[in-house]
Amino acid sequence: MLEIKGLKVKLEEEDKQILKGVDLTVESGKVHAIMGPNGSGKSTLSYVLSGRDGYEVTGGEATLDGEDLLELEPEERAAAGLFLAFQYPVEIPGVGNMTFLRTAVNAQRKARGEDEISASDFLKLIREKAKTLKIDADMLKRPVNVGFSGGEKKRNEILQMAMLEPKMCILDETDSGLDVDAMKLVADGVNALRDEGRGFLVITHYQRLLDHIKPDVVHIMADGRIIKTGGPELALEVENNGYADILAEMA
Amino acid sequence: MTALSEQKMDATEARLAAMTLPTSAPWLAEAREAALARVQAAGLPSRRDEYWKYTRPDTLVQAEALPAAVFETDEEPVFANVDRLKVVFVDGVFDADLSDPLEGEGFTIERLADVAAMDIHWAKDLYGTLETNGQDPVKRPLAALNTAYATDGVVIRVTGKVSRPVSLIYIHKSESSDAILHHVIKLEEGADLTLLENGPAAARLNKVLEVDIADNAGFHHVRAQGRDHERRAVTHIFARLGTESTFKSFTLTVNGQLTRNEAVIELTGDDAVAHVAGACLGDGDFLHDDTVFITHDAENCESRQVYKKVLRNGATGVFQGKILVKNRAQKTDGYQISQSLLLDDDSQFYAKPELEIYADDVACSHGSTSGAIDDEALFYLRSRGVPAPIATDLLTLAFLAEAVEEIEDEALAEEIVCRLEGWLTRRRKD
Ligand SMILES: Nc1ncnc2c1ncn2[C@@H]1O[C@H](COP(=O)(O)OP(=O)(O)OP(=O)(O)O)[C@@H](O)[C@H]1O
Ligand SMILES: [Mg+2]
Repeated sequence: MLEIKGLKVKLEEEDKQILKGVDLTVESGKVHAIMGPNGSGKSTLSYVLSGRDGYEVTGGEATLDGEDLLELEPEERAAAGLFLAFQYPVEIPGVGNMTFLRTAVNAQRKARGEDEISASDFLKLIREKAKTLKIDADMLKRPVNVGFSGGEKKRNEILQMAMLEPKMCILDETDSGLDVDAMKLVADGVNALRDEGRGFLVITHYQRLLDHIKPDVVHIMADGRIIKTGGPELALEVENNGYADILAEMA
Repeated sequence: MTALSEQKMDATEARLAAMTLPTSAPWLAEAREAALARVQAAGLPSRRDEYWKYTRPDTLVQAEALPAAVFETDEEPVFANVDRLKVVFVDGVFDADLSDPLEGEGFTIERLADVAAMDIHWAKDLYGTLETNGQDPVKRPLAALNTAYATDGVVIRVTGKVSRPVSLIYIHKSESSDAILHHVIKLEEGADLTLLENGPAAARLNKVLEVDIADNAGFHHVRAQGRDHERRAVTHIFARLGTESTFKSFTLTVNGQLTRNEAVIELTGDDAVAHVAGACLGDGDFLHDDTVFITHDAENCESRQVYKKVLRNGATGVFQGKILVKNRAQKTDGYQISQSLLLDDDSQFYAKPELEIYADDVACSHGSTSGAIDDEALFYLRSRGVPAPIATDLLTLAFLAEAVEEIEDEALAEEIVCRLEGWLTRRRKD
């Protein structure tokens, strides 16, 4: 379970407060969605949770199953079960997708005191998962995200998620840049992972993804705060009317 | 010619006074004397020379070699798993007991010391010839010094396609050894040879390799310079390429206090291809200098220079690379990249890329960069659970990949990658 309480974050380099007290709890087995205007702090929240440099936490806390996330190194957060599907996946020339994923899977296993996965088991597993996401063998061999189309990058994020089987998955605009079919593939990928022991935090601007991945709870974030929380109907309201009414209501 | 500075003359005289020209058959004695005259005319390099702006030549020039501790390791040496003809030198002296018999299919191989006593030998036309050509337009007196005084090395003539690499192994045993090695390789039309070199050789090494590649012949070269921390080396490769011939050379350098590797390549026949590449890993008291001079003097030739350096703890990297395209060398395709990955703020990289083009229909590009590990990539890897030290190593290997990819033979490339991984693992801060 992911618990965020009063989380306040500013930029390290500038005196700019971005998160101004975020409260959010995602229970295991649930899917929460976050919507909100551009620049409201959604990606910042996902980065701070996964441990990226450049931010300073000035208040509040964030725990995963009771463990203080903010104290951990990024790789320790991953080993603890946190996963972020990036809004902009990074291209890494010279590092093969396959090598990268195997290193990641084994590093996480090692950190949890588990045995490494054998090369053949890994190959079998990744081929199977790649197939359902329509990622071909050639893409697996290529350097991480290099020369991938926008949609391929997003599918590659979901493949990584499927291989790493995290407890808490944060998806930052995984739907943006996807065509209708790819969106369905990604949603199927997410739905296949839905499980009692796994929580999701899905950041999106559009109702369409949420048609496929039915959220249990929808939050609206604005200016560094969660300003409204509701059921799936909240997403529909945003889709139809935009944020103006909600923002006005809160003002 | 301008007169040499007094300082330079003194330094040159001091070095020469400590040496005597080896006795050789007349043809070789003549080559040696001519080389000695080149040294005397040019003087040995000093730190004032433009060509030695970033690398101090003093320890390579001075009469006495500084001692270098022998690096003890029980690790299996590089290329151990490759089927090859082993030719071993200990502190710069050929060792018949440690070497395989000097014979093979499609080539002859002899020891320079033996050839030196023969009244007639084909090497007469080659020994010192490419080195002499390589003295213009930039003087390379340490190579001429080598031609004058080298007593050992191999002389290889390749007539066929040789499947088994010739592997020169340089063992360093004495802390004060000062080695001068000179190899001459002649590839006849359509011939093909892979040459491997590995080992530190000596406390101080001056090595020259002259390779004459006839039409349609191919020469592949993979070398791993020894890990001894205190060793110093200056090496020159002089290559001349005929029509549709190929020259590919890769060098891995790890450790060593001072290494200057010069490659002087002349494309003299149309449609020839020359690739030179290097990967170097330096930690602490380490200076590595790649100095390359490629002359295009024929049409439709391709040359590539790919140099990558990983530097940490104050290590220094130098790259001086020049592509000279003469006016008849139309349709030249020249590429040059030199990059360094600085793992900390103390390390430094000096690059001097140069293009000099006299033909009008050519495509030449060059680039040089130096930078740190990419933070975005590092975070991405870590966010997937890869610990920072391992993620850094993955990115470091990725940085070096373009140079290593220049090695055509997969098994040899794998040998090099293992060395790189070994070096990184030994230094991992976890
Ligand atoms: N490193 C940074 N330097 C400067 N400003 C930053 C930095 N990171 C975030 N910001 C600012 O913080 C605010 C929140 O950014 P964030 O990316 O979290 O928004 P978002 O809700 O994800 O927006 P979008 O919907 O457009 O993806 C923006 O105003 C952004 O410009
Ligand atoms: Mg965002």
